Amino acid sequence: VAAPRDAEELAAMLARPGAGSGAGRTGGGLIARGLGRSYGDAAQCAGGTVIDLRSLSHIGPIDAESGQVEVGGGTSLQALLERSLPQGWFLPVSPGTRQVTVGGAIAADVHGKNHHRDGSFCRHVTTLTLATPAGVHRIGPDQDPELFWATAGAMGLTGVVAQATVRMTPIETTWMLVDTERFDDIGGVMAAMEEGDARYRYSVAWIDCAASGRRGGRSVLTRGDHAARSDLPVRRRSRPLLAPGAPHLTIPRPAPSGMLNAVTVGAFNELWFRKAPRRRDGALHSLASFFHPLDGVDHWNLLYGRRGFVQYQMAVGPDQGEAVRRAVSVFTSSKFPSFLAVLKRFGPGDPGPLSFPMEGWTLAVDLPVGPAGLATLLDRLDELVAGAGGRVYLAKDARLRPELLPVMYPRLPELLAARRRVDPDGLLRSDLSRRLGIDDLRTVPR
Amino acid sequence: VIDPFGRPQSLVVLGGTSDISRAFVRRVVAGRCHTVVLAGRDPRGLAEAATEAIASGARDTPTVLFDASDAEHAGDVVDRCFDAAGGDVDVLLMAVGTLGDQAVDEVDGSRTARVITTNFTWPAAALSTAAARLRAQGHGRLVILSSVAGVRVRRANFVYGSSKAGLDSYSIGLAEALRGTGVGVHVVRPGFVRTKMTAGRPEAPFATTAEAVAEAMERGLASGAPIIWVPGPLRWVFAVLRQVPAALWRRMPG
Repeated sequence: VAAPRDAEELAAMLARPGAGSGAGRTGGGLIARGLGRSYGDAAQCAGGTVIDLRSLSHIGPIDAESGQVEVGGGTSLQALLERSLPQGWFLPVSPGTRQVTVGGAIAADVHGKNHHRDGSFCRHVTTLTLATPAGVHRIGPDQDPELFWATAGAMGLTGVVAQATVRMTPIETTWMLVDTERFDDIGGVMAAMEEGDARYRYSVAWIDCAASGRRGGRSVLTRGDHAARSDLPVRRRSRPLLAPGAPHLTIPRPAPSGMLNAVTVGAFNELWFRKAPRRRDGALHSLASFFHPLDGVDHWNLLYGRRGFVQYQMAVGPDQGEAVRRAVSVFTSSKFPSFLAVLKRFGPGDPGPLSFPMEGWTLAVDLPVGPAGLATLLDRLDELVAGAGGRVYLAKDARLRPELLPVMYPRLPELLAARRRVDPDGLLRSDLSRRLGIDDLRTVPR
Repeated sequence: VIDPFGRPQSLVVLGGTSDISRAFVRRVVAGRCHTVVLAGRDPRGLAEAATEAIASGARDTPTVLFDASDAEHAGDVVDRCFDAAGGDVDVLLMAVGTLGDQAVDEVDGSRTARVITTNFTWPAAALSTAAARLRAQGHGRLVILSSVAGVRVRRANFVYGSSKAGLDSYSIGLAEALRGTGVGVHVVRPGFVRTKMTAGRPEAPFATTAEAVAEAMERGLASGAPIIWVPGPLRWVFAVLRQVPAALWRRMPG
């Protein structure tokens, strides 16, 4: 691991690998890392050098008119929110955790509950400074768009985000007006989402993939928008903007292994379903509880024990609802304890060749590593997804069969072309790129 | 790259014709493994193992011939295997070994030397070079077939048992030396395995199969277990057996 102190050091590290202090051996390649919360192996580089970006974390002033703010690639969304919320600005796109850097959000082109309305993160980036082995590039959607969009979702393989300008979203309050609805099966919730998502800025459904039989696929749909000041009870109107709090729970280390099993997950899911009202409109929720329920628990990722977990996230087209239903039934008819299965509708995708979101449906399921048979079950799902013209999310992947990458991302050659331009020697590499064969610039995996 | 389910993409097998090796190869090739370098003594057996690997889905199966009585050149064999892999090696399986014939071996110095060279000296020499290659690469795992026979050596097979005890201790020392380098070591301690090597021998309790050993190795790769007992309960059986007084140990059946 090498930690550049500023953008100049970062640029030098990429331009002259092996030189300078702390750059280490680079025969094994280089890849950037932010907060190290990625689900997959995108920010691991066994035998190479991982660039720790956390010191590139400055936050510029937020433009009061446009909401644009210049931030370092290593700035966490948590830090950015702490600065922006009191001034009435919110993230344009909020992934499931605030423990993500801006560089990571660009590298994964993250999405949030508002994707059907606002698209993914890179759509709200106006310019970025990308340090590459072939020099530092200032890029944006109107400035070298090929390299900009190649970078969106490319998992750091086109360079390192030194700095970015992000357009924030104005809010009047840090409260949300939320409608909650409960459904007994997957068909019901999907129909409700197709019919009504357009009326909400944010929408997401939680699916019970742990229950089997008739209860399998029951769902809780939550949709909402930012509350206006006039929506608040009078006593709250004087202080409508509150910064997010620190986590109030923590997981002991080392976390007890195997705490998540079929029984505990089943009980959790039962509780989560029961606690949701059958239907409730216009409830007031805090931003944190609506967007980042997991961040209330520090180091929640350790809950899965030493072996950790894999998250499976797939996307298929709008007319492929059947593939979603089949995937859900694969989980409900298996005995794997999966909680936090999340279903959402995507709007049109970004132009990025490796950007994950595509118009249609996305389903994400967390699964602890361990039970025999899970690996082959996920392989079967890959075939289902690829056959439906869909794809899996590389930011969360650690196990995809390399042959399926060009099937799921047919525009992969565009990324390889961008890599040949900014990284002719193939210096930027990660476990992900080696595993999927993206590191070899000469060959496209079959 | 080894995925979270313990599935490597490239493998070198030293002792590629053994039943356990072949079961492990079938298993990893069905997963993600496209390159399998098979090294062994018997060209016909290797060709057969290579054909089987291709049939199970491998893309590339180069073979390397060697003689395990020539320990001084063990390192060269490892170098040839790594070169044949043509890229990073995720896992190296050390499955070189011979059971010997205790009654004859214990009264014949040259036969004792042969068993110990095959089971300990050659593998240890090869592992030194393999560890250096994986260190240079910055990642990888060594999976080393030891045996419960080496955990506490018995009168009935002490030539074999002591050679495995040597390899087992060497491997544990090597694992310590490799801490923090990105290279991992898994010592596999199976009980009695029904294979062609043990055919015709009386079965011991907790007997297992080559497939079960292969499955346990894959699980060990996923979990990072430093010692893989097959079947798992042998860990506790031997925790007790290690403490049994010699007078009682001598009377143990089998």
